[in-house]
Amino acid sequence: MNNELTVSSAARETLPTVFGYIGIGLAYGIVGKASGISPLMITLMSLITYGGASQFIIVSMLVTHSPMISIILSAFLVNSRMILMSTTLAPYFKKESLLKNIILGGLVTDESFALGMNKLNFTDRKLNFAWFNTVNWFAYTAWAAASLVGALLGNFISDPEKFGLDFALVAMFIGLLYLQLISDKSIKFKLQLIVVAFVLVATYIGIIFIPANLLTLVVTLLACAFGVVIKHGFF
Amino acid sequence: MVSSSFVFFTILGSGIATWLSRIMPFVILKKFQLSSGVIEFLSFVPIAIMSALWFENLFIQHLGHLPSLDMPNLLASLPTVLSALISKNLLVTVVVGVISLGFLRLVLGM
Repeated sequence: MNNELTVSSAARETLPTVFGYIGIGLAYGIVGKASGISPLMITLMSLITYGGASQFIIVSMLVTHSPMISIILSAFLVNSRMILMSTTLAPYFKKESLLKNIILGGLVTDESFALGMNKLNFTDRKLNFAWFNTVNWFAYTAWAAASLVGALLGNFISDPEKFGLDFALVAMFIGLLYLQLISDKSIKFKLQLIVVAFVLVATYIGIIFIPANLLTLVVTLLACAFGVVIKHGFF
Repeated sequence: MVSSSFVFFTILGSGIATWLSRIMPFVILKKFQLSSGVIEFLSFVPIAIMSALWFENLFIQHLGHLPSLDMPNLLASLPTVLSALISKNLLVTVVVGVISLGFLRLVLGM
């Protein structure tokens, strides 16, 4: 990374994350096809919903015939972290037009957010439209293309579970959680570990009586409230 | 399988909800600021939601009863966590995770 906020520097710096999008996008396409969803719908979901974890969840809830409203609510909740990331990013683009803000905001991802936060350390705390927009579009096109290819490959790989591909998502959460733990300096490391431990206990207890599609929401809201309380009580 | 119009409207609804989550802060924060209490609450969302989505996969739900352990996912998580610690790289972590579960299923027949 350097201090250049140009299209070419963005292209160079996005490359490592593009490999990630291709891997998970392929897995998503294959899992989607194996779940009986058409390549067209699989690709549309990547273009319209555009959220890795949420797309796997939508597929699994479609398979279990969940009501539409609870699928949409689950997708919203899984993606609600976008609110936080967009909120953190927005101040750096205050001088850009409203339209440019909407274009940038509409394609923010975990990875483009992380790259942006990293870039700030090299540019004297500055970001611009050209750089961030390039990062976003590389991610968006790689994700959609990989999803389509995965869906088409799915015709030949009928049982992706056999190869462990369904674990790609869980592994991604493990990786993102770890990267979050070591890079998020806004919350003390020990407090983060306590919240993660709380989530484990809350999941174990909650899974006894909370339906699977509501469990993530309930546990996350409880853990956020718990985190705030512990932070004020002990940190 | 559900009808493709059901799938399409689910995609559209999820897309609008997600898009609004993404753009509203950019639109609103051009004029207003979030209260510090809300920001503090939201600051726990990433670690909470990511660990919740992981831990849910370690248990098999039996509503009304204690869950049982999902042994293949639990065992595959160990090398995955280790590879995250060592590589600090998302792609490496995902590849190790997939290979681990694939190994458990194909070689050990779990």
